[in-house]
Amino acid sequence: MSARGRSRSMERVRPGGRPGRGRAGGSGVAAHLDMGADWQRVSARYVAVIIVGNIVWGVVVAAAVLVLWLRFGVSWAWLLLVADAIATVTMLLIAPRRARSIGYQLRDDDLLFCRGIMFQRYVAVPYGRMQLIDINRGPVGRLLHLADLKFVTAAATTGVGIPGLHDDTAAGLRDRLMALAETRRTGL
Amino acid sequence: MTGARGPAPAGGRLPPPQGPPGRFRPAPSEPGSPDPAPGTLAKGVPGPAVVEADGAWHRLHPATPLLRGGVAVIAVIGIVMANLRERIADLAMRFAGVRDVPDDSGDPVNAIVRHGLIGWALLIVLAVLLVAVGLFYLSWRMHTFRVGDDEVEVRSGVVSRRYRNARLDRIQGVNLSKPLFARLFGTAKLEVSVAGQDANVELAYLALGTATGLRREILRRASGTRRAAAQARAAGGDLIGRRLDDFLSPHYDPDAPAPTSAVVIPPLRLFGAIVISGPTLVLAAIVAGVVVAAFRGHYLLLVVLAPSILAWGGMYIRRFVRSMNYSIVATAEGIRVGFGLFSTSNETIPPGRIHALEVVQPLMWRPFGWWQIRIDTAGRLKDKGAAGQHNTHILPVGDPYAVEKVLGVVVPALADPGHVALITAGMSETGAEAAAPAGQTGPGVRFTMAPRRAAWLRPFSWRRVGFILADDAVLLRTGAIWRRLTIVPLARLQSMELRQGPVRRRLGLVHARLHTVDGPVHAGLPVIDAAEGIRLFHTVARAAVIAAAADHGERWTAS
Repeated sequence: MSARGRSRSMERVRPGGRPGRGRAGGSGVAAHLDMGADWQRVSARYVAVIIVGNIVWGVVVAAAVLVLWLRFGVSWAWLLLVADAIATVTMLLIAPRRARSIGYQLRDDDLLFCRGIMFQRYVAVPYGRMQLIDINRGPVGRLLHLADLKFVTAAATTGVGIPGLHDDTAAGLRDRLMALAETRRTGL
Repeated sequence: MTGARGPAPAGGRLPPPQGPPGRFRPAPSEPGSPDPAPGTLAKGVPGPAVVEADGAWHRLHPATPLLRGGVAVIAVIGIVMANLRERIADLAMRFAGVRDVPDDSGDPVNAIVRHGLIGWALLIVLAVLLVAVGLFYLSWRMHTFRVGDDEVEVRSGVVSRRYRNARLDRIQGVNLSKPLFARLFGTAKLEVSVAGQDANVELAYLALGTATGLRREILRRASGTRRAAAQARAAGGDLIGRRLDDFLSPHYDPDAPAPTSAVVIPPLRLFGAIVISGPTLVLAAIVAGVVVAAFRGHYLLLVVLAPSILAWGGMYIRRFVRSMNYSIVATAEGIRVGFGLFSTSNETIPPGRIHALEVVQPLMWRPFGWWQIRIDTAGRLKDKGAAGQHNTHILPVGDPYAVEKVLGVVVPALADPGHVALITAGMSETGAEAAAPAGQTGPGVRFTMAPRRAAWLRPFSWRRVGFILADDAVLLRTGAIWRRLTIVPLARLQSMELRQGPVRRRLGLVHARLHTVDGPVHAGLPVIDAAEGIRLFHTVARAAVIAAAADHGERWTAS
């Protein structure tokens, strides 16, 4: 199954600044980097994974703070609790945007990957450089039939992984990328 | 001692067995079966100039157990000696008639003496020694290696067997090191480094002549020369094949004079470079603190910190000794970098194994005009090289002229005048423009520099930040305090990244990074105009694919 043939992908076009202009737009709000609009997005259900993750984190931090407050009597610990609550709610609110911000493009010779809203990251990995591709499934992802793809190159800093792909998409993408990597295999 | 196994003719005649018989015999193909007579094994096999490279299993140097356990053995002997010395002193005191010898009934040696069990004790000691020697012998017998056409293999272990191999087309470097102790025995350690953590194959220890011969042979086979020759031989018979072998690898002439180092580091400069470094600042701070404290009457600090100051001196000397005798040579098999006064290390890096390279100048070196060159390679040596670092500092210190020479050796593609001008521009303070190469008129090429607004994020270094694409490599200049010029060969680039946070977005800047294998070099531009960054991103992404496809690094002379 090709990556393009997915039914559940979300298409979203970024309002992009045009390349060629230094100070994007010149207006106060600078635009996002424009890398072309043809991004493949991850499954909409991936939002659920992010939300569950955020809630779990929020609860864990809250529990730690409660222990600090009630058990050790740190009186100002309620401030941390409030901060935790605010942070968790904020993360929950931007969860859909975070999920939507993850995208990838299969170009002729390389995989283009992007993620991030505030802190954006764009990575281009030539197919021939992929040493192996991992498929991971977390507990929540498994319930929703979602899988994470992780790409490994010889550079530890590459750090490219596409989370929240539908199972079939993930398997198809992995097979396709492995085949591409095989045909373009070069040395290290 | 070493039995200096002279390099045999590359043409393939087997050298006569040298050295005392049995000192280093070719091992049988199966450990455990009786040894054949020396030299019979590879009879009639054409090709390998080194007996140990004939594709059969061989053993390491017989002194290996002693050398491997060298430090431990010395320590044990030292402990025994220390104890015995006490015994001897004790006995002497008794003979001298000193009565008030402390009561040492708990001491086992005393107990043995008292019960007249000296004979038994000696017997037990002898038995333990015999067992130890037997085990060492067994482990030596079971530790075998084989150098085939495609890989180097090592088998070891008595109880649990270990097998490890290194594919020759994946070799990242071959290091020939001679620790002081091993040097006394005329032996050396050969380490074949391949990509990956702790994946290296180590042949420790070999007779010196064997080690150098094996290094030459391994690199020759890895280069693909041999493969091409073998194919030709299959077509054209033995004699012609061997002549072809000769013809295809003319650089492997064993009679050729040893090439001299392209760069020599004067000892004074080396010592200066080691002393003028970050740790010295810390040392100066400690000394200042101690002096101030002493003036105020806190002598305790003096007592506590004095040893650490001594240790510092030791560190300087150790680094100095390790980095001395630096040499860098371009050979047919690649760059050969050597270090060391007492313990030496000599690494050969085949062409195309350098993933990134940087020319650095710390602030304190600026008055002297010194620079350092570091590299990223996929293979890591176990041993530390110069200055306690891994063997990544291929030029510990040098003036711009030395930098130019070393870069010419390391990346021959950068040796022409145009590139040299680019490199000079990359190292200079502000001059982003490279002078036009000789014989060419018009303005030289310019680095694409960071815009003025980058000063918000990089108040000092924004004037230095810039990049340029030079044929098959990207040159990045960064850093005001630590000036650096980073060179990344596109054929080795793993991936390319752009980052942008809120501040950079506001300023229309991006952070560009070029991902290479792990090492001391981190190629990147902290601030660059967003549009220029995107242009760099796409250009590099495309050029890297093209460069990688055109690259034949695996078998570098085969193409």
